[in-house]
Amino acid sequence: MSNTHADTVSYVRDTMLMQQDPPSTSVGVVGWARGNLFSGWFNTILTILSAAFVLWLLAGIVPWVVSPTWNASSLTECREILAGHEGACWGVIHERWNQLLFGFYPQELYWRPVLALVLLLIALGPILFADFVSPKILPFSAVYPFIGAWLLWGGTIWTPVMAALGFVVGYGVFVLAQRFIVPGLAFLAAVLAALVWWLVIMPFALPDLARLIPIGLEAVQSRQFGGFMLSITIGVTAILFSLPIGILLALGRRSDLPLVKWLCVGFIEFIRGVPLITLLFVASTLLNIFLPPGTNFDIILRVMIMVTLFASAYMAEVIRGGLAALPKGQYEGADSLGLDYWQAQRLIIMPQALKISIPGIVSTFIGVFKDTTLVSIISMFDPLGLANAIRADSAWNGIYWELFIFIGAVFFIFCFSMSRYSMYLERKLQTGHR
Amino acid sequence: MTDTAFDTPAIDRSAMKVSDEVAIDIVNMNKWFGTFHVLRDINLTVNRGERIVIAGPSGSGKSTLIRCINRLEEHQTGKIVVDGTELTSDLKNIDKIRSEVGMCFQHFNLFPHLTILENCTLAPIWVRKVPKKEAEETAMHFLEKVKIPEQASKYPGQLSGGQQQRVAIARSLCMKPRIMLFDEPTSALDPEMIKEVLDTMIELAQEGMTMICVTHEMGFARQVANRVIFMDQGQIVEQNEPEEFFNNPRSERTKLFLSQILGH
Repeated sequence: MSNTHADTVSYVRDTMLMQQDPPSTSVGVVGWARGNLFSGWFNTILTILSAAFVLWLLAGIVPWVVSPTWNASSLTECREILAGHEGACWGVIHERWNQLLFGFYPQELYWRPVLALVLLLIALGPILFADFVSPKILPFSAVYPFIGAWLLWGGTIWTPVMAALGFVVGYGVFVLAQRFIVPGLAFLAAVLAALVWWLVIMPFALPDLARLIPIGLEAVQSRQFGGFMLSITIGVTAILFSLPIGILLALGRRSDLPLVKWLCVGFIEFIRGVPLITLLFVASTLLNIFLPPGTNFDIILRVMIMVTLFASAYMAEVIRGGLAALPKGQYEGADSLGLDYWQAQRLIIMPQALKISIPGIVSTFIGVFKDTTLVSIISMFDPLGLANAIRADSAWNGIYWELFIFIGAVFFIFCFSMSRYSMYLERKLQTGHR
Repeated sequence: MTDTAFDTPAIDRSAMKVSDEVAIDIVNMNKWFGTFHVLRDINLTVNRGERIVIAGPSGSGKSTLIRCINRLEEHQTGKIVVDGTELTSDLKNIDKIRSEVGMCFQHFNLFPHLTILENCTLAPIWVRKVPKKEAEETAMHFLEKVKIPEQASKYPGQLSGGQQQRVAIARSLCMKPRIMLFDEPTSALDPEMIKEVLDTMIELAQEGMTMICVTHEMGFARQVANRVIFMDQGQIVEQNEPEEFFNNPRSERTKLFLSQILGH
């Protein structure tokens, strides 16, 4: 600058500068590669070394994966086809894929779990993609749990109908009782009424109803369930129920009412303090001791309850984190407008707290889904349990990698989808800087 | 002593009438945070149409005082009567008073996940049970009044601080409150934006709104308030009409405070 100091002090700009394009070397593919791969000699060397390492890995893996053993019917046959070369034995997947997906479910009834899965996706549509799917499907989403369960287990249609009616009875009692007592007590009365319906009236009325109006599907026993069908059934149930229960537990833990607070804290800390396997053992063996003799409380239902409770405790803590991250001003803003507690929670607090917690919530979901493989410990045939069963067959004795790669890949597809969905949701809910 | 902080054009004070009807009555009110005695023996009667400015050093309890009026803070002894309803732990009373008393906060406390319009219609729809369309019309009316109707479909995060505070004022007005409380509404704003918010508040005062305002804007106090209250250590130390308060402060503490904030 050649100006004198005095000139710079009294400087006045008479024209404002126009916006200009950035230099071409800092944008596009070239700009990206320069900035990220070849910025300086050290990074250039690292880039080349990394590329070489990746190529070396692929050179080892790809020939093993691309192996012409799809139609082999035993490990010995695979070895004959490969004739001494290294290679995967994919025949096991070809022969046993239906078992890995459906367990010991009767083959002629495979359409039922498939239909249940398709209907599940339809039912989830308006919940997961509210922007694209009409909310008119929501009533179907509400009754889906009963349809889905009926398709999977079969039996008389009156079981899901009566189970659904339990909720109607509960709701009716709630509406009626609210006229006479405070909402909290009315809710308690509704829960009691529903329990009486399910545990007393339903077992009493079901056999007669089924005999009088015999509509139903062929019944499938719980021990015939297996493979990914079992994982998805348990996983989806736990995921769907753990979120609302987790929200209630998180709110309860922050409650001003000492009884509610300590109940929630006690529940969360107890469940989180115990390994899931312990809870599963309780579900499979101990629970029978506490139930009246002769009751046949379905093993999958028991496992679902345990996994749901386990996931709820974690969910509660994740959501509590989201609640704690909200500024106090949001509560005060809601309060100052005269919103009551539940309105404030539903309209102001939860939408924001859940949004903050999305990554944690989805991590918990993914964890729960993968934890369903633990049921193999209590001799249920989840994919991993089936892998052991398949290897016990003399034709496939000694096969490891192919089964686990297949199981891993399917799990990865599910978990990665959940992860991508959570990122989509976070972007969708982004409403500018706070 | 001169006050050059804000020279808004002289406003017509004659339109701002104070009635005899009592809007807020606080009698012998005390509050503690744990063992700390934050509000000590507060007695204050506010008539309908009054514009009261509360000033004082930080920690003197002025925010706590107005937060007690809509029960964001709970007082322990004494009595607060708002619009004829006494504040007790009865939740129905509290929600009724909160829907009658609007409040604006230092940090706006807009709801970031809702648009400006939704921020304004939420409480009328859910608390007052106003039909959605009517609530939206009311909201647009008040957004026009605070001069930002064109921002209605944006989110709070996309607005400047001054605009956000004006939305917060509009949001409160949508509930058609009879009393407005302002808790340091301009303290978090850039200097360029303070005036737009104060102008909105002045307009509100000219329409006869009962206002209690905690603020450090002494220019605003001088022009709009009909009473200035000075608080220190949880007590009301001095209150007077603005002219007298600024020109002839009587207590030593008030003189010191005024010399601190008007001194430069």
